[in-house]
Amino acid sequence: MPEGRGFAPQYASVQHRDEAAEIGIWVFLATELLLFGGLLFAYFVYRHANPAAFAAASRHTDIVIGTANTAILLTSSFLVACAVDALQAGARRICIMLLIGAMLLGLLFLSLKATEYAGEYHEHLVPGINFSFAPPLADGAELFFTIYFVATSIHAIHMMIGIAVLAALAIMLRRTASTRLCAALRTAALYWHFVDAIWIVLFALIYLPGRSGA
Amino acid sequence: MMGWRPPLVLVASWLGLLALLALTVTLAYLPFGSLNSTVAIVIAAIKAAIIAAFFMELWDRGPRLLIFAGAGLFWLGLLLWLGLMDFITRAPA
Amino acid sequence: MTEPDYLNSSYTLRSWFLTTDHKRIAILYFASLIAFFFIGGAAATAIRIELATPQADLVSSDTYNRLFTMHGVIMVWFFLIPSIPNTLGNFIVPLMIGARDLAFPRLNLLSWYLFVAGGCVTLFAIVAGGIDTGWTFYTPFSTLYSNSYVIIAVTGIFIAGFSSILTGLNFIVTIHRLRAPGLTWYRLPLFVWSLYATSVILVLATPVLAITLVLLATERFFGVGIFDPKIGGDPLLFQHLFWFYSHPAVYIMILPGMGVVNELISCFSRKPVFGYKFVAWASLAIAAVGFLVWGHHMFVSGQSLLASLVFSFMSFIVAVPSAIKVFNWTATLHKGSLRFDAPMLYALGFLGLFTIGGLTGLFLACLAFDVHATDTYFVVAHFHYIMVGGMVTAYFGGLHYWWPKITGRLYSEYWARTAAVLIFFGFNLTFFPQFVLGAEGMPRRYHVYPPEFQVWNVLSSGGATILAAAYLLPMFYLGYSLFFGSRAPANPWDAPGLEWQTSSPPPELNFESQPVVTRAPYQYRTDFTAEPQNA
Repeated sequence: MPEGRGFAPQYASVQHRDEAAEIGIWVFLATELLLFGGLLFAYFVYRHANPAAFAAASRHTDIVIGTANTAILLTSSFLVACAVDALQAGARRICIMLLIGAMLLGLLFLSLKATEYAGEYHEHLVPGINFSFAPPLADGAELFFTIYFVATSIHAIHMMIGIAVLAALAIMLRRTASTRLCAALRTAALYWHFVDAIWIVLFALIYLPGRSGA
Repeated sequence: MMGWRPPLVLVASWLGLLALLALTVTLAYLPFGSLNSTVAIVIAAIKAAIIAAFFMELWDRGPRLLIFAGAGLFWLGLLLWLGLMDFITRAPA
Repeated sequence: MTEPDYLNSSYTLRSWFLTTDHKRIAILYFASLIAFFFIGGAAATAIRIELATPQADLVSSDTYNRLFTMHGVIMVWFFLIPSIPNTLGNFIVPLMIGARDLAFPRLNLLSWYLFVAGGCVTLFAIVAGGIDTGWTFYTPFSTLYSNSYVIIAVTGIFIAGFSSILTGLNFIVTIHRLRAPGLTWYRLPLFVWSLYATSVILVLATPVLAITLVLLATERFFGVGIFDPKIGGDPLLFQHLFWFYSHPAVYIMILPGMGVVNELISCFSRKPVFGYKFVAWASLAIAAVGFLVWGHHMFVSGQSLLASLVFSFMSFIVAVPSAIKVFNWTATLHKGSLRFDAPMLYALGFLGLFTIGGLTGLFLACLAFDVHATDTYFVVAHFHYIMVGGMVTAYFGGLHYWWPKITGRLYSEYWARTAAVLIFFGFNLTFFPQFVLGAEGMPRRYHVYPPEFQVWNVLSSGGATILAAAYLLPMFYLGYSLFFGSRAPANPWDAPGLEWQTSSPPPELNFESQPVVTRAPYQYRTDFTAEPQNA
């Protein structure tokens, strides 16, 4: 790598490098979308086959925690978007505080999720480990909860990765706010927002069906 | 240093998202029959679109990123459309 | 030599295993792929030996199941899918577009490590006792009944999938952002177009495989019935998810081969590829329409008739861009100044074999015929004509074509031509009899068969012997050329592509100064008479 250049030799300028990073993360997000897409497909297939069971099973999910978690994630996304804006405006310390806020909200989300999992375990709603459901709809409900656990745990893994990335960025930002870090933060922010958007869809499919019924 | 204020568009998006969340939870409890799920999915799509447009700043990005973001959605659509076609049009057993 | 080339810049192990140079990573991939090719090939050899007689005399049914599964899994995920993109693509694409490296060199290295890690995990499953499900892992057999190492194998494939995704991502960004000044989209060599199309599939299909394998492993591990009809699950859901990836994966395998063939046919006809824009867009059309046809693997599985009709129709449509390519290659040959160097022989072999593979694909797209041919050797022959006759032949062709650039050495033209001809005849002798077997009703995946099928099976096994020898030949003369071959000039084929404008082997940063492109690709001089050996 030539001396004195802050970017790799395949790039002509810093801006060139940052544009490449932005395209890269969007391609990655398209990949991620299809990853969750397979789960959505499975969900719709089984919801189509078992509408009543899915409505009944959905009523057994914890709407209070689910709604609170959605609000938490939306707020954390807001903080991350603000952090990007603050860093571009030169307010590095505010940016770090906003990132810490977003991470704390992320951790709050995960601990609420864990509480929810524990509650479901006690209510015998965990397929493969501890599952029982009122007979006529038991099969469909088991499918619902299997997809629920796979989808939410994959989402939770994405949250953990996101929190780790934000933490690393916050630590590096304490020293300096280079253009490289600025681009990295924008990239990480896009990922965070994407994970948030996925949750919004999961929320609508997992918690809301069947609420108006008996 | 403390001169920074959150941009209005982000604040508005955030408040809008929280309002939509309240709306979708409320509407879920109203008996619309099969319309309930449509409403829930439409509101979720609007929320995701707000996030993509303002938090992810797609609204002032060039066509290339829109194509990339759209390609993912389009292929997801192919999976759901052709995949579900089989399950919806099966002859009853 | 003013500047050390990429092979001479450093000799330490560290400089190889922690390199971010796309050329060295391509070599790492090349070495690992040879290993996997031999493992998969060994399984194929055992299969063909067993099938030489109607009785079971070499292996038991159970071992046979594990053999063909091993053959399929290794060959599909650890040879065919990464072969051209990760070796030739990795090496040549940055050179072709005048870039100093891929957009994300460290990601490129990570991609190789993931590939090797996934490969090791899968090999562990094979060594531990193997997998008996077939490479398709159909449920409920794979989740409920199989007594083999399904979860470990699936984990390996899952890891290797991320390697595919990262490679595709890297190529897409590189082709978008790192083209040399003046290198517009329509000035790109068609190899780059085809790898772009391949990358689109890698990025959009592989994640669906990943989630499918997660669901499969979850069902098997926790005993929950995601695809289990007993609790209302649907095994066809698995097949839909699996083929949503695995059919486009066929295009991951063939598109890079088509890209190589563009370069070869154009170079040895001394003509631009006929109908450049049609061929370029045909690549993207194949990538897109290739996603709409997966249900043709499920015509007899019980999917709805409407779905079968739609998938059948789409399968006919996807043949159109492939046919455009074949027509345009033929038109490129027409009135060209043809030379029959070894790479050209491979390209011509590809043309014939791919056409047969493609046309028999149309038979299988036809609902009525497919009911007869499903799960017979007709299908086996069809996809081997595409994947081995097409893809592997193109891989060898590209390897010979770019060998002087990659290694800086010239191989023996005599032996290279011999191998090319042997591969063509060995291949046809191996797989053409399988069309006959399939049409007569011999099912795949059985190791015993009625005696009346023996003639064709013996022919096939005999062909396989020739094919195996022909595949081994390049090991020797290419290996020999590495040490004793004469030095290659920068441009042995007198080709105008950017990759030939730098020295052989290229310096670490590919070009002494940033190349600028001012014209369309494939502007060959037609007065080319120099022999490559002393050009």
